[in-house]
Amino acid sequence: MQTDVKSKIGTALGVAVILAWCLLPVVWIISLSFKSQAAVTNGSPGFFPSDGGGAGWQNYKDVLHNGQFKHAIVNSIGISLIATLLSVIIATLAAYAIARLEFKGKKFVLTTALVIAMFPVVSLVGPLFDMWRTFHLYDTWLGLIIPYMSFTLPLAIWTLSAFFREIPWEMEQAAQVDGATAWQAFRKVIVPLAAPGVFTAAILTFFFAWNDFVFGISLTSTERARPIPAALSFFVGQDPFNRPASLLAAGAVVATVPIVVLVLFFQRKIVAGLTAGAVKG
Amino acid sequence: MAAIEMKNIVKKYGDGFPAVNDVSIDVADGEFMILVGPSGCGKSTLLRMIVGLEDITSGDMIIGGNRVNDLAPRDRNLSMVFQNYALYPHLTVYENIAFPLRLAKMSNKEIDEKVRDASKTLDLDEHLQRKPGNLSGGQRQRVAMGRAIVREAKAFLFDEPLSNLDAKLRGQMRTEIARLQKRLGITTVYVTHDQTEAMTLGDRVAVMKRGVLQQLASPRELYEQPVNLFVAGFIGSPPMNFLPATVEGDQVTLPFGTFSIPSAKAEKTAGKGLLMAGIRPEHFEDVSVIQSGNVDTSRTFRAHIDVREWLGDQQYAYVPYEAEAEVQAQLKELAREADSDSLRTQLVVSLDSDSKVTEDDDATLFIDTDKMHLFDPSTGENLTVGL
Repeated sequence: MQTDVKSKIGTALGVAVILAWCLLPVVWIISLSFKSQAAVTNGSPGFFPSDGGGAGWQNYKDVLHNGQFKHAIVNSIGISLIATLLSVIIATLAAYAIARLEFKGKKFVLTTALVIAMFPVVSLVGPLFDMWRTFHLYDTWLGLIIPYMSFTLPLAIWTLSAFFREIPWEMEQAAQVDGATAWQAFRKVIVPLAAPGVFTAAILTFFFAWNDFVFGISLTSTERARPIPAALSFFVGQDPFNRPASLLAAGAVVATVPIVVLVLFFQRKIVAGLTAGAVKG
Repeated sequence: MAAIEMKNIVKKYGDGFPAVNDVSIDVADGEFMILVGPSGCGKSTLLRMIVGLEDITSGDMIIGGNRVNDLAPRDRNLSMVFQNYALYPHLTVYENIAFPLRLAKMSNKEIDEKVRDASKTLDLDEHLQRKPGNLSGGQRQRVAMGRAIVREAKAFLFDEPLSNLDAKLRGQMRTEIARLQKRLGITTVYVTHDQTEAMTLGDRVAVMKRGVLQQLASPRELYEQPVNLFVAGFIGSPPMNFLPATVEGDQVTLPFGTFSIPSAKAEKTAGKGLLMAGIRPEHFEDVSVIQSGNVDTSRTFRAHIDVREWLGDQQYAYVPYEAEAEVQAQLKELAREADSDSLRTQLVVSLDSDSKVTEDDDATLFIDTDKMHLFDPSTGENLTVGL
């Protein structure tokens, strides 16, 4: 009995520590975003805004009415979604081929993919900058979509091919005997069964694209293609020596919301054990 | 509906090993054909070549008069039930059964009619909206059958459909499959390693071993006139007894004594040296339960009963005997080929349930040498087939 209580207290304590560790920065940014600029400049150490130091929703209104930021949001959503969509489609087809077909150079493809995933992103910025300027891809959506795709594809391919390997061959053969072409079998049987894998790959890709800062800041120069993380760093306000911390905090919160929503939405789709009952097991 | 003709079918894998070697089988329209054999004999490979999931190395596969060697599975219009059912887990039972119809682009009304019809036949009405994951093994099996019968395929192919079910359900489903096939009258090829299924379901049975067709005959013929040692040992449970034998004149010498055999059998086998005699357990009887006037005393022998198994309707008695090393080795090989294992050389005899033989005691047994087969031990060939 006593050990039971002890272990319960221990668990609660552990959870509290981990939550505090993970969530404190997030909570603090939220707190900061509700303070007025003046209060932040004068020093406002408390978690809740001091008397008269609260700004209400004003910071959020300012951020959302800021033209720069609005562009950045559109850019970020557009670029991330397109990169995710293309990456997932290509990864699904590639992973299927890797899982199902025997062809020369299969190992080579897989190891190359892994090497690319391990490649330091920063080392590519210089060459890409030069190339994109020559190809007129500099400061365009496509100029960001391409590097995002090439860095997320390897992980997506690895995740998905593991999922495809789990799906029994008989599923597909049954579909073929039932009158399906290879493409129909793939689309109507294999892809739905691999859906958890597809969503996992999609989320990973979206995270990478949404959170990227290095490419975002170095391959763009104007509002045409600059994504949120890069835009936040350009958010200097009138006084370059006195950055609008509370406004930035509000911007950061706004940038985090889509990710949280996305995860909560897809979490329901990522249901393991979807294949339960497919075959006797 | 169509006949399936297999002409000299060969399947070689990359390493050159022939999984199926020169097999020719004609399945008549509406016939129930069984492919049976121990694991690795190529029966499933042959089935998969019929349906098109395996390439044919050489030979002709003719379905309904058309050579289909190069057709994709979807163009052969056959339906198949897989060993593990291969149901689509993301679809309901209804959609699983409707799947082939949807691919054929039928109208919703037509699909609904056919699915309801199939589900009624298979007693699946109350499960139509459930997912396969929530069904029991027998129900999944029925869904797989539903998917097979829902469209008008030229033939049904079954790949060990009952091996995942428990014994009781297997018996029920076996009868169900037989009834369904008789009613629909559709050509069926059924792969199994279970000889009960083979004997009870098939119009004809093809016994295979290591990719080679051993015998293609009705169940009765397989049982009564096996062409070689393998078929004789594989069909029947408990299996046929094999004993070393020599024939001189019309007398056969077995480890238990010398008995007379019919002259037709003697003529074919006399003077051929050491042979292998095959006698089924039921061709022995305890002399004490036979009416005294009917006992041919020249065909009785004393034997030491080791173990007795009383089953109610009959009983098995085990009679160990000593055999030469050469014979033992051959018996072991035979047992291995048939996927079983024999630990000792012994005779299994099936006696009337009234017999009062006791364990670890001697009994007088009658041997029906009329039903005995004699095999050439080197080739395995049955020398007395048809006699």
